[in-house]
Amino acid sequence: MNIIVCLKQVPDTETQIKIAQDGKSIIEDDIKWIMNPYDEFGVEEALKIKEKFGGEVTVIGLGPKRVTESIRTALAMGADKGVLISDPALEGSDSLAVAKALAAVIKGMDYDIIFTGQRGVDEDNGIVGAALADLLDIPNISVVVKVEVAEDGKSLKAYRPVEGQVLIIESGLPVLITAQKGLNEPRYASLPGIMKAKKKPLEEKTLADLALDPSDFGEGGRKMKVLELTPPPQRKAGKIIEGETPEQKASELARLLHEEAKVL
Amino acid sequence: MAQGVMIIAEERDGEIRKVSYEVVSEGRRLADSLGQNLTALLLGSNIKDKAPKLGHYGADKVIVADDPRLEKYTTDAYVSVIAQIVKANDPAILLLGASFQGKDLSARLSARLGVAMAQDCTMFAIEDGNLVATRPIYAGKAYAKLTFNNSWPQMATARPKVMALNTPDESRSAEILDASFTLDDGSIKTKVADIVKDESGKIDLTEADKIVSGGRGMKGPDNYNILEELASVIGATVGASRSAVDAGWRPQTDQVGQTGKVVSPNLYIACGISGAIQHLAGMSTSKLIVAVNKDPDAPIFQKADYGVVDDLFKIVPALTEEIKKIL
Repeated sequence: MNIIVCLKQVPDTETQIKIAQDGKSIIEDDIKWIMNPYDEFGVEEALKIKEKFGGEVTVIGLGPKRVTESIRTALAMGADKGVLISDPALEGSDSLAVAKALAAVIKGMDYDIIFTGQRGVDEDNGIVGAALADLLDIPNISVVVKVEVAEDGKSLKAYRPVEGQVLIIESGLPVLITAQKGLNEPRYASLPGIMKAKKKPLEEKTLADLALDPSDFGEGGRKMKVLELTPPPQRKAGKIIEGETPEQKASELARLLHEEAKVL
Repeated sequence: MAQGVMIIAEERDGEIRKVSYEVVSEGRRLADSLGQNLTALLLGSNIKDKAPKLGHYGADKVIVADDPRLEKYTTDAYVSVIAQIVKANDPAILLLGASFQGKDLSARLSARLGVAMAQDCTMFAIEDGNLVATRPIYAGKAYAKLTFNNSWPQMATARPKVMALNTPDESRSAEILDASFTLDDGSIKTKVADIVKDESGKIDLTEADKIVSGGRGMKGPDNYNILEELASVIGATVGASRSAVDAGWRPQTDQVGQTGKVVSPNLYIACGISGAIQHLAGMSTSKLIVAVNKDPDAPIFQKADYGVVDDLFKIVPALTEEIKKIL
């Protein structure tokens, strides 16, 4: 069974986001870049399925050269080979453009399952996975916490929690699945794994290699423009509830919720 | 030329979901500021009798796609049918609710239509006749104001619980039309094999009006019973911080924050949550925030409207009792 995992790099979730002078982008200077946490669940699930069914796991990253580190991390975890789509013209591409570049690489490949994270914890769009599936004309199942591949390796069931219920969705292969937290506990790369990863194939592709038109990508190709970025709305200074005893404080809080804020 | 506002309603078990009424309400406001019509699209099986309700909230026209194959949502069938109807009607704006279904549907539909899509927006406006969408990014650490670049329809999803709900007017009647579409069985590649319902009747965090959330300060899974009691008295859903989920005290579906759910309730009570940046990002659009924490320097107090610096194990049960007296 051949599995593809698409990954991106995002700022570490600890990062304080600072808006740049232009008011339209963020300051990237001090950012620590990590593999998107949801993509890590995808890598782990791919490895688990490979351990059971055999085959190869290919990791595809898109972005600047630094994304190589995250691909190497996935290779060190146990993936077999990597592809980096990197081209200055890709800088600033929107979700549909990213999906288009990924589809161009994947079209020539032999695969049964594709994993992506359910969203990037940067722009929080959650579009690339579904858009990629649409371009490849394969089904997608979003925000999945459990995957059961049938013994014959021809279909799978995916568990998708939605508001108040879990949908169990059945699909033939190939299928694209977007990974949600809860799917698994990603392994750490072992030292031998890290050593081996250095020798695993990692191919680099530009837009020209993929016969894609650079004008469809980057800022110029965006179908949605950023007018401005702003910090989150400031909340007004709060009130610390005073009182001699916990009971007094609780009583005052109940009164405020009821009479002042009127939320009860 | 593309004209009018179209919204896609979401149905479950024969009822239109609340988020859809929020979207119709917002769609009405946008249509009014454009001076154009609002069309709602409703898909399902034996669903037509629900269509007038969309009119009560502001739709001028409701297009109904009624087909047994649309009874349960599948991405394949819904995207295929909706894409045909959107193309035939050519709206200028296309809105959906950012529920689990709405996010899945909108992502794939945007690719099918070849248009940009603004996911999970918290504000919309019309400027110079065009849609301007505002959405949190980095789970709310920043907000992006966006406009579309020759991409029709201008497509977006609205975060649940954010858009003001219109007061339904039962005297308002919408024109109700049957959709014309084709659906090839071969194009439906996934099927809902089973649905496991949460029998507790717990409202999902993303749609909850009130949330009582517990963090590391809860000290263990059993102590959440005091939060459950408070929650049952005020009609809230219990949430948790990442550390509580990672410790295995609460299920993953309860996690609020950057790698969990982003929530916007009217009331958020944070108990024993220090307020890591990832958590604050996930709950800072709550309308009223209450924090109970022993540590007066906990960052959560910077976001809280009301703060109580004390032992939560004393405050929470006392608060539950006090509220029982009031209600």
